[in-house]
Amino acid sequence: MTRIDKTNNSNWTILFICWLIASISTLGSLFFSEIMKFPPCVLCWYQRICLFPLVLMLSMGLFSFDKSVVKYALPLALAGWFIAFYHNLLYAGIIPESIQPCSQGVSCTEDYINLFGIFTIPMLSLISFSTIVALLFILKRRLSK
Amino acid sequence: MKKQHIVLLSGILLILAFVIGGYFYKNQQSKKLGFMAKENVSTFIREHSSTLGNDDAKVYIVEFMDPACETCSAFYPYVKNLMAANPGKIKLIIRYAPFHEGSDYFVKILEAAKRQGKYWETLTVMFQSQSYWASHHNPQPELIWQFLPNAGLNLDKIANDMNDPEIAKLIEQDLADAKTLNVRKTPEFFVNGNPLPSFGYDQLKALVEAEIQANY
Repeated sequence: MTRIDKTNNSNWTILFICWLIASISTLGSLFFSEIMKFPPCVLCWYQRICLFPLVLMLSMGLFSFDKSVVKYALPLALAGWFIAFYHNLLYAGIIPESIQPCSQGVSCTEDYINLFGIFTIPMLSLISFSTIVALLFILKRRLSK
Repeated sequence: MKKQHIVLLSGILLILAFVIGGYFYKNQQSKKLGFMAKENVSTFIREHSSTLGNDDAKVYIVEFMDPACETCSAFYPYVKNLMAANPGKIKLIIRYAPFHEGSDYFVKILEAAKRQGKYWETLTVMFQSQSYWASHHNPQPELIWQFLPNAGLNLDKIANDMNDPEIAKLIEQDLADAKTLNVRKTPEFFVNGNPLPSFGYDQLKALVEAEIQANY
């Protein structure tokens, strides 16, 4: 009984960390756009579409620990990860910007912040999505055991 | 502690951190801009900038605007009212932030009109007729020309002067300053170097009145 409790506890904690990362990223992204007034580019919006719902969805899974939340959250997190990955390729210049559609309006490759030369906004997004995806996969495996 | 409480508490802490962070950022930003206003006046006012009002005025409103921007047009009478209500105390400085596509066309006309001494008349005519030529789905810059005679302009001279590279250079300078001052939307106001705490007419009025209080 206690063993089951313990696994349940750590499963809950993993989900909680996912939620924490999603929440910090959401508030961080809102901070950039609403407080620092950086206009989000098209790709940033697509990533936000995948990120913002995670906060509410994961919190529902946390309140009464519901395993199926993993099933619903993973597609969103994966989609966000792919967009973030693509965004970073663009940003790094591996894909030239001219072949993608968001050069009008706000550029997807404009450098707003750059901490220590690596932590650009798209990189921060990729890091959060990667962590969330990894944790959700770990959780999925643990739950299917 | 119950798990639900952990989630709620973390949520509250995160939002608190967001609000406090935002407060500090804004504070720091307005300090930075206030410092720039003293040390680096030229970022706010350039030689070429058009000004309205008394030269001895102690309250400077620097407005970054775009002739094709609807909100700028809507704000214009308010700013004028504010100046009329405090005669001689306010000086308005117009800077350009032509963010709308193709709106540097209108800045060029405006600057060409300045050479005929009809700057403010032309600005008024532009704002009044804006809805005709600046419709969002169908901007038709050439429609502006039929309204320009109302400002008493010599149109041939305008068409000639507006292509002066000097004017293009001046727009570039204003855009560079807008970037330095983190202006990303129009209109953006600085009252004696202080940005609006949040956008709105009441906020502008409060800031102007506070500066008048402090300086007179």
